[in-house]
Amino acid sequence: MFNEELSAIRKAKTEWETRLKKSEDQNSIRPGSFTTWSDMSIPLLNSPDDLADMHFNYLRDLGFPGEFPYTRGVYYNMYRGRLWTMRQFAGFATAEKTNERFKLLLQHGQTGLSVAFDMPTLMGYDADSPLGKGEVGKCGVSVSSLEDMERLFDGIPLGEVTTSMTINGPAIVILAMYLAVAEKKGVPREKVRGTLQNDILKEYIAQKEWLFPITPAVRLVVDTIENATKYYPNWNTISISGYHIREAGATAIQELAFTIANGLAYVDACIERGLSIDEFAPRLSFFFDVHNDFFEEIAKFRAARRLWARLIRDKYDPKDPKSCMLRTHAQTAGVSLTAQQPHNNIVRVAIQGLAAVLGGTNSLHTNSMDETLALPTDESVMIALRTQQILAEESGVANVVDPFGGSYFMESLTTKMEQEAEKYLNKIAKMGGMVAAIEAGFPQIEISNSAYHFQRLLEENKKIMVGMNKYKTTKNSQQINTLYIDKSIEHQQVSRLAALKNRRSNTDVLLSLTGIAKAASSGDNLVEPIISAVKKYATLQEICDVLRKVFGQYKEQRTF
Amino acid sequence: MLIKKKIKNKIRVLVAKPGLDGHDRGAKVIARALRDAGFEVIYTGLHQTPDMIVNTAIQEDVNVVAVSILSGAHNALVPMISEGLKKAGLQDAILLVGGIIPEEDIKFLKDNGVNEVFTPGTSLSSIVNYIHTILAD
Repeated sequence: MFNEELSAIRKAKTEWETRLKKSEDQNSIRPGSFTTWSDMSIPLLNSPDDLADMHFNYLRDLGFPGEFPYTRGVYYNMYRGRLWTMRQFAGFATAEKTNERFKLLLQHGQTGLSVAFDMPTLMGYDADSPLGKGEVGKCGVSVSSLEDMERLFDGIPLGEVTTSMTINGPAIVILAMYLAVAEKKGVPREKVRGTLQNDILKEYIAQKEWLFPITPAVRLVVDTIENATKYYPNWNTISISGYHIREAGATAIQELAFTIANGLAYVDACIERGLSIDEFAPRLSFFFDVHNDFFEEIAKFRAARRLWARLIRDKYDPKDPKSCMLRTHAQTAGVSLTAQQPHNNIVRVAIQGLAAVLGGTNSLHTNSMDETLALPTDESVMIALRTQQILAEESGVANVVDPFGGSYFMESLTTKMEQEAEKYLNKIAKMGGMVAAIEAGFPQIEISNSAYHFQRLLEENKKIMVGMNKYKTTKNSQQINTLYIDKSIEHQQVSRLAALKNRRSNTDVLLSLTGIAKAASSGDNLVEPIISAVKKYATLQEICDVLRKVFGQYKEQRTF
Repeated sequence: MLIKKKIKNKIRVLVAKPGLDGHDRGAKVIARALRDAGFEVIYTGLHQTPDMIVNTAIQEDVNVVAVSILSGAHNALVPMISEGLKKAGLQDAILLVGGIIPEEDIKFLKDNGVNEVFTPGTSLSSIVNYIHTILAD
């Protein structure tokens, strides 16, 4: 901007501020503070002088979409080329039930699958483990062996759909099962496409579904990245996830900072393994929450892309521009849903989904209105999917790239979020990197402080959740039908597993498990030995138990 | 009576996370709010079996066991905790459950030894008040 024009603007703004102070408007400000959902204060308005004060530079800070620093989006024509992937996370009860839900979603225009596994599976236990009693099939689908995985993808063309699997701790085993199913269907490995939510670091700091101590857990992640890089290069090797960090109570800035810090830790670990940045960085993918505060969320997505691009360029000097691209999935905020007046959640989800799209997400899950009460019913899942289709095909928002680009407010907010996240990154670097910071409990404490702070704001009515702490109805909640998972699912899974163990060759299983133990101790890549074992129908827990024996188990710090 | 005598001292609350569910935001926020309200709070940490929770309740000699569960496994796990408390002679301890509990399961839990169930959206102060009121009776 020209200096003369800028000084004229500054002068006019000062004069306007004087008039504002004198105006009646100034005396009629609503009570309370004007802060984002993360309690960051927001100015009344921004103007060109604010951007000048931040040394905002269009070409350096925004540039054009599809090009560095990707603030405006990772693709040249964004949603004109291809709409975001509509990917609804689903999984419950048995593999057959989930398979039916997948087919329903595909029939209705969903474009990618996303598997939710139950708690025992996520923790590396079979359906018959006493530790998983009462939890089989409750929060996701139960998968104990390749047989369950075959049922889960029965009739689904794995060469055509992309599949996302939220599995974390035992990701390497579930990936091995997926590759084995694809092979059985005659799909060549290089054709397999999808995403593994393979981000174990965020488990230690947020979702708390861990199996092994941090160092061997990160090694397993690198094993899968190394294997995919060689044999199935279209696979998104990891989904570096801020979602769970945010849901655990982090602010938007903490979500941004800790996710990027986790990402850098994986990059360092892969480089230490001997991979070059351009071999694996283009297939790293991200996953962010999209919460209540509309502008804050849009700014977060824009800041994330710019921050990641700059960090990768400056630290690792890649040659492939794709190495700097932050491609991301988004999910609307589960914690923002209220059990009170649950129909209101449809509206919340629509606003959050809109923010994700305006933030330039590459893939989206919109929550169902009943997810704070139970797993969603077919009907509520359909409303959530239709919400995305309305955004994509009715609202017009997919016609234009980054419509908020250049907004004085949005650019100030984006820059502020990037700067605040950088402060955290510097602090983490001083602690010796993210693994050391997690071992010291740093992000965990930051998150639980934020969660408590937010809860106090709600208690004091300083933040409003409609229907929950304001505009309450006398009746406790609107009655809606919810999905109920039958107890018999657990018995069914347990007896199937017993039958499988009788049918398979236990000698072959033992032999393959010995192979896993050897590779685990020697440091060889574990993917191929695990694929051999799952093909012999070694179970998830049998494999994880071998690894637990070699690696040990993680012990948490019980702070609150 | 044991409980009445204890209550002259600080009220002791065990905040417990049964099962494999790792979602501990609620448990930690509650633990902190109860501590700020003047209770003595012990947090079990994650991935506890019902037996482990009962054993901690005995060792720590608590007045209240507050169980946080979001995985849908409450009908299986909570009765095991209440049975265990009874067998251990802690039948006077107050058993509270918080989490995603469908309406139809609340009656089942209350029939199985649970004093109160707190669902999403409950305020921290109402939980504190509940504990004060029930222990004052």
